[in-house]
Amino acid sequence: MSEPMVKAEGVHKRFGRLEVLKGISLEVKRGEVMCMLGPSGSGKSTFLRCINHLEKINAGRLSVDGELVGYREEGGKLHELHERDVARKRAEIGMVFQHFNLFPHMTAIENVTLAPVRVAKVPRGDARDRAADLLQRVGLGDKLDTYPVALSGGQQQRVAIARALAMQPKLMLFDEPTSALDPELVGDVLDAMRQLARDGMTMIVVTHELGFAREVADTAVFMDGGVVVEAGQPGEVLVSPRHERTKAFLSKVL
Amino acid sequence: MTTSELSEEQRGRPEDIEAVPVRHPGRWVASVVVVLVAASIVRSIVTNSRFHWGTVGHYLFDARILHGVVVTLELTFLSMIIGIVLGVIAAVMRLSPNPLISGASWVYVWFFRGTPLLVQLLFWNFIAALYPTIDLGIPFGPSLIHLDSNSLIKPFVAALLGLGLNEGAYMSEIVRAGMISVDEGQTEAAQSLGLGRLQILRRIVLPQAMRVIIPPTGNETISMLKNTSLVIVLGAVFDLLFEAQTIYAANFQTIQLLIVASAWYLAMTSVLYVGQYFIERRFGRGFSRQQRVTMRARWLGSRGSPSVDAG
Repeated sequence: MSEPMVKAEGVHKRFGRLEVLKGISLEVKRGEVMCMLGPSGSGKSTFLRCINHLEKINAGRLSVDGELVGYREEGGKLHELHERDVARKRAEIGMVFQHFNLFPHMTAIENVTLAPVRVAKVPRGDARDRAADLLQRVGLGDKLDTYPVALSGGQQQRVAIARALAMQPKLMLFDEPTSALDPELVGDVLDAMRQLARDGMTMIVVTHELGFAREVADTAVFMDGGVVVEAGQPGEVLVSPRHERTKAFLSKVL
Repeated sequence: MTTSELSEEQRGRPEDIEAVPVRHPGRWVASVVVVLVAASIVRSIVTNSRFHWGTVGHYLFDARILHGVVVTLELTFLSMIIGIVLGVIAAVMRLSPNPLISGASWVYVWFFRGTPLLVQLLFWNFIAALYPTIDLGIPFGPSLIHLDSNSLIKPFVAALLGLGLNEGAYMSEIVRAGMISVDEGQTEAAQSLGLGRLQILRRIVLPQAMRVIIPPTGNETISMLKNTSLVIVLGAVFDLLFEAQTIYAANFQTIQLLIVASAWYLAMTSVLYVGQYFIERRFGRGFSRQQRVTMRARWLGSRGSPSVDAG
C-alpha cells in the first residue's frame, strides 16, 4: 500500500489566542480529489495554507508525500527547515487562490513561465512552449500576450491554474477558486479542474460548489469551528449527512 | 426586426437638442482680470530697462554658465543614483524581520531627515577635521586600507555624499511605501510557486512598487536639481549657481545672472517633466486597460480583442 499524499494528525493552528484549527486528522491518497466544505471561519482555508507552509502549524504532524511540512526530524527532534528548502517543497505543490493573485505586470504567458524559468531553471524556449500548451488546454490559447487586467475573472483563474501546473506539481490546492467569480464564469474554471481530476491529479479543493463536489470528489470533508465534523463519500456527506450541523449548512447552501 | 428598430424607423431620428446654454458672468469677469494682470506683468518685464535683457542674452550661453549646467546635471544624477540605491537598501532593511537591521535603517532615516541638508553638506566638507585619516579594515582589528581624508573627500565628493545620503533617507520612505502598497497575495502566490525571498523582491514586489515609487521620485529629482545649488556653500564646486555668482561678483550684473541661472533651472526641470511622463507610462503596464496588448504582440500583428470579453 502506497503512502498517502497528505497526512494530517491532530493539526492545531492558533492566531494569537484564537484557535483556528483544533486537531485536524485526515489523509488524502494519491490521485484522490478531496473537497472541503464548511462555513467561513471554519478553518478550511487555513488548513490548506498549512499544507504548503504559508502558515506554520502549532501542534500535531502534517506531512506531504511522506515528508514533514516545514520541519525535518532528526534524532527524535524537529528542526526548522531552511527558507530554501521550504521554497523547494512549495514548488512541488500548486496553489490556486480565491482572488487569482496573478502578477499584474506580466502577460498571461509570462505569469506561467516565471517559476519554471526562475525556480526550475527550465530553458526559456522550452518553458514558453509548455506554457503555451498549458494555456491552450485551459482554453486561453489566444490570450498568451494579454495582461491580467484585460482578462475576465474566469480567464484569470484559468491562467492561475496553468501557472500552478507549469511547475508539474504532485499536489494541487484550490482555495475557493470560484468564489470571486460571476456565476456564468464559474463553469469554465470548474471544467478545467474536472479535466485535471480526470488526468489523475491529487487535489484538495475548498469550495462551496456542491454540484462539483458531488460529481468530482472522492472524499468530502465538512469542517466547522476548526474541526472535521464529518468526512466520507460525497454521496453520503453531501446527500444524507449524519450530523445536524452538516444538515443545517447544506440546507442553507442549497 | 426588433420592436425598437421598428419604432425608430417609424418615428425617424429625433433632432439634436439645441438648448440655450447657461450664462457664466463670473467666469467672464475672472478671465478679464487674469488677462489684465498677465498683460501688465509682461509689459513691465519688457519695458523695464533695468532688466538689461541684452546682458541676460549675452550670458545665457556663456561657456562658464554651460559648464555650470553640466556640473549641476552631474550632481543631480549622481546624487539621485546614490539616493535611490541607498533608499532601496534602507527600505528592504526596514522591512526586515530582524529588529537590529530594521532599527539601523530607522536610525539612518531619522538622522538624515532630521538635520538640515545645508548643515550636512558643511559637515562632509569639514569631515577631515573629525577624521583626518580613513582606515578600512577589520573592526577593532588591523587596518587594510589607509586613506587621507583631505585628498579623498574633495568638495565635489563632499557634495555627492551630502546630497546622496540625505536623498537616500527620503527615498527609503518612498520605496517602503511602494513595497507596502503591493498586495500580500502577490507574495503568497510567488511563495507558493517556490520563489525565494530575493526573487520575490526583484521579480514581483519591486516592479509593482515602481508604479507607486516613480511619481514621488520624479518630484525628488526635480527637488534635487534645485537643491544642488546649496553646494555653493562649499565654495569650490562650480555648479550653475556658483558660476553665475562668480560672474556677477566681477561685473555686478547680479539680477541678470540670476535670471540666466533661473532660466536654465527651469529648462532642466521641464525636461524632467517629460522624462517622468514616459517612465510612468512604462511602469503602468498591466494596470490600465488602455494598454492591454504588449508591444511585441502588436508588432507581430496578433491583435488582442479591444474589449474585455467574458470567459
